[in-house]
Amino acid sequence: MKLSRRTLIKGIAGAGLTAVAAPTLLAQTSEAVRVGLLTVKTGPLASGGIDMERALQMYLKEKGSTLAGRKVELIVADTAGVPATARTKTQELVEKNNVHCLIGPLAAFEALAIDDYIRQAQIPTLSVAAAEDMTQRKANPWFVRATSTSSQCAHPLGEYCAKELGYKRMITIADDIAYGHEMCAGFLRTFEENGGKIVQKLFPPLTAPDYGTYIAQLKNADAIFLGFAGSNGFRFVRQLVEYGLKDKLAVIGGMTALDEAVLRNMGDEALGIVTTCWYSADYDEPINRVFAPAFRKEFGYDPGFYAAATYTEAAVLEAALQETGGKVDDKAAFMAALKATEVETARGPVKFDKYGNVVGNVYIRKVVRKDGRLVNQVIKTYPNVSQFWTYDPDAFLKAPVYSRDYPPAANLEN
Amino acid sequence: MQFWIIQTLNSLAFGGLLFLLASGFSLIFGLMRLANLAHGAFFMLGAYLGAAAIRSIPGLDLWSAALLAGFSVAAAGGLLERLVLRRLGSNPLGQVLVTLGISFIIADACLMLWGGDPIPMPAPDYLRRPILFAGIAFPAYRFAVVACAIVAALGLYLLLERTRIGAMIRAGVDDMDMARAIGIPVSKLFTAVFCLGAGIAGAGGVLGGPILSAYPGLDADMLPLALIVVILGGVGSLLGAFVGSFIIGFIYTFGTALLPDLAYVILFLPMIVVIAFRPQGLFGRLRA
Amino acid sequence: MRTVLLLLTAVVLASLPLFAGTFYINLASQILIAAIFALSLNLLVGYAGLTSLGHASFLGFAAYASAWASTNLGLGFAPAALLSITTTTLMAACFGLIALRATGLGFLMITLALSQVLWGLAYRWASLTNGDNGLTLAGRPAPFGIALDGAGAYYWFTLAVFAAAFTLMAVFVSSAFGSALKGTRDQPRRMAALGYNVWLIRWITFVYAGFWGGVAGLLYVYYHRYIHPTSLSITTSAEGLLGVIAGGSGTLGGPVIGAGLLVLLKNYASAYIERWNMLLGFVFLFIVLVIPEGIVPGVRRLLSRKGSGKP
Repeated sequence: MKLSRRTLIKGIAGAGLTAVAAPTLLAQTSEAVRVGLLTVKTGPLASGGIDMERALQMYLKEKGSTLAGRKVELIVADTAGVPATARTKTQELVEKNNVHCLIGPLAAFEALAIDDYIRQAQIPTLSVAAAEDMTQRKANPWFVRATSTSSQCAHPLGEYCAKELGYKRMITIADDIAYGHEMCAGFLRTFEENGGKIVQKLFPPLTAPDYGTYIAQLKNADAIFLGFAGSNGFRFVRQLVEYGLKDKLAVIGGMTALDEAVLRNMGDEALGIVTTCWYSADYDEPINRVFAPAFRKEFGYDPGFYAAATYTEAAVLEAALQETGGKVDDKAAFMAALKATEVETARGPVKFDKYGNVVGNVYIRKVVRKDGRLVNQVIKTYPNVSQFWTYDPDAFLKAPVYSRDYPPAANLEN
Repeated sequence: MQFWIIQTLNSLAFGGLLFLLASGFSLIFGLMRLANLAHGAFFMLGAYLGAAAIRSIPGLDLWSAALLAGFSVAAAGGLLERLVLRRLGSNPLGQVLVTLGISFIIADACLMLWGGDPIPMPAPDYLRRPILFAGIAFPAYRFAVVACAIVAALGLYLLLERTRIGAMIRAGVDDMDMARAIGIPVSKLFTAVFCLGAGIAGAGGVLGGPILSAYPGLDADMLPLALIVVILGGVGSLLGAFVGSFIIGFIYTFGTALLPDLAYVILFLPMIVVIAFRPQGLFGRLRA
Repeated sequence: MRTVLLLLTAVVLASLPLFAGTFYINLASQILIAAIFALSLNLLVGYAGLTSLGHASFLGFAAYASAWASTNLGLGFAPAALLSITTTTLMAACFGLIALRATGLGFLMITLALSQVLWGLAYRWASLTNGDNGLTLAGRPAPFGIALDGAGAYYWFTLAVFAAAFTLMAVFVSSAFGSALKGTRDQPRRMAALGYNVWLIRWITFVYAGFWGGVAGLLYVYYHRYIHPTSLSITTSAEGLLGVIAGGSGTLGGPVIGAGLLVLLKNYASAYIERWNMLLGFVFLFIVLVIPEGIVPGVRRLLSRKGSGKP
């Protein structure tokens, strides 16, 4: 009985109603859009992962869990930051919860672990992870990234250090993982092209218990670039101060080295450090002027990289849903809508290149004290930065992916 | 030259830190034949408790925080020994299951209580500036860590060699059945030693705090280090733990600096060699 | 009664893909892979009395070797699998020579150290392992032309391997050699006095365990189509060990049940319980306090006590 009535309504909708009314009716009768969040809530990466969930929940709460007229149901999965678990959790979200799209995962190796599964299952994925080749040489057609690749923010910083800060000699130090390698490589490339020299590259293991032994090796230089993630950058800066080196060596950071999440536990030792990111809690534009204070009010601290990431991805999702009239069942059309999105978000304007990676602002920021707390104040904006920086995309893609040894550093001193 | 001096000091400081971490593990294993795989978690719990105490009690200095955390972790360890470990008897597989289970619980509880962000621990004001000499700057606090390790080692030495309890512990380490037979209250001794070992780890977490901070994953980073030191020096030997700590400090510091490509394996290769040729460790009397 | 139960289990296991959803079939495949891994570790822990905290070496090495051989040497799945299993077994033979110089905590540490060395190599030797980016496998093998891409097909494949592994390991421990092995666990001195070569018995067991660990690794990499250094980490080894102990070491059913419990808690319960790590810890505590010998022997004891209480 019920079945026949629904069929009847559908028939009427299809035959008699105007094109405008149809989606609304569909939206009322059809089920919610199911969004799966792949995040990390346990283990060493939990800090960022918890923020990812909080910001996304906040976005949905603001919109009454309704995007483009459709109810949205969020299913959160904890990958524990382990690639095999990330894969299992992705399968769970897709096969058990039947999600229509994914937001996440957090770490590059998690994204790589689920790469072929996303292709096979054809699940639109709004990524937070920065793994370069996911939108470059092995671009995944089901992947959009409104955050950035590892080197996307490092490119402008390299130029900034050489041109505007006038540094001649620099050291890079980063976690010995792809994320660290790619960031340092991008930084090295633009810094050296603008006349600087990288005189030393250090890659301590991710689990290095103490950086004293690395600090003792540092060569004479104008500044040091930190490509750390999580708590490592925080510990390194503290130890640099311990050894009395922060006065002799300027500190420059990649996008997570002095993230707001780290900054809220730091003291005056962080003052003056210049970093680069596609976001700053201090970014003064209408959307962020609402988001950042609201987040701070709710949780007691400033949103950082990870919170802004899911908040931005959610805005992209909403814009794409509006484009398709709330429809997600035609995956190809939904994916096309995601890639065609042009939307104003908390990080500024977002649009995508044909590989699914964001073209957006990159901010050079400096740690200052404001209203008693440390913030990353924006000191320069590079608008519309692409993952290829100013290079020709085809030539860029023909070269090997950024790594520990590519591009080669010609000026190392040993 | 400067490089060698600083790295030597680094080695000593790291060695001192390792001794604060590993001596408790060695003590517990020596007497109780219990490989306490929750030892890294005790160290982390101490670090978090110390950081929380410094944040919430104004005017509390690092040393008092270390004592506070040490006693709290010792108490928790005592409860664990009385309520759980005691019932296992000599069931080494049960010990593995329980101590790893405890470390899961502690790690998750820390995450729940203190969140995922790293929490810094400030060194005392007078130790925050680096000490300058002969054109070299070296953190004052790291000298203090070496001093703490030496004080702890001396304290433990006096306790073991010069007191009645120490004599009982030594008797128990040498021959448990004999100790029991001559009327040593082995049960109470076990609890006392477990408290002591856990307490040193807890206090060590706070003393290591200004260098390491408290962060999720600290437990997993520290446990292998404790095991390495103890195996290298010889389980149950205080001298072994002391010397082993500094040897590892030197190998780690110079190894990662001079052979960066071996940074991941630098601590494990020497251990393989030692166990393969001297399974009882450098100073151990017992076979592990 | 026992045979009926076994048959029933076999029927349920074999027909699972016919009624279960994709997610549950995949979960079952993962349980079977973890079970083979735990069974192989149990040969050392339960039957030889040697507690290893480095068994992930064999799983990880076999997975890396086959992924590397398929992508870099362009080998087909069968030759790559053969190469991977052979090298893994050879590695186990070498590791055995080193590790068996110690017993007890020393053995635990040396296996841990050896696996940490492999873990470090996987991270650092990026030209071979692709470092932190891991190696991706192009697809799953198709033995005899049967594609294993679907969840059901792969489950049946894993189930067949599991059945073979279980049987061969059961034969191993119940043979005369297995009895000698148990002898070396309980009375090593007496066995030596009786003229057994204790060291050789342990070494053969170590190599055999390494071989099956490698088989689990192959299934693991085919299942995930991806291998990352974390698969060589202490956590992976510890999970295997915890499964063996929780289920009941020295039994055949124990490691299977224990590994299943771990996979379910980690991959299923974690969707409903935020503090699943804590739950895992409490489950271990509960097991040790209530059934210290592990789930399978413990439940058997409780049942038989109940049974004998009846008139």
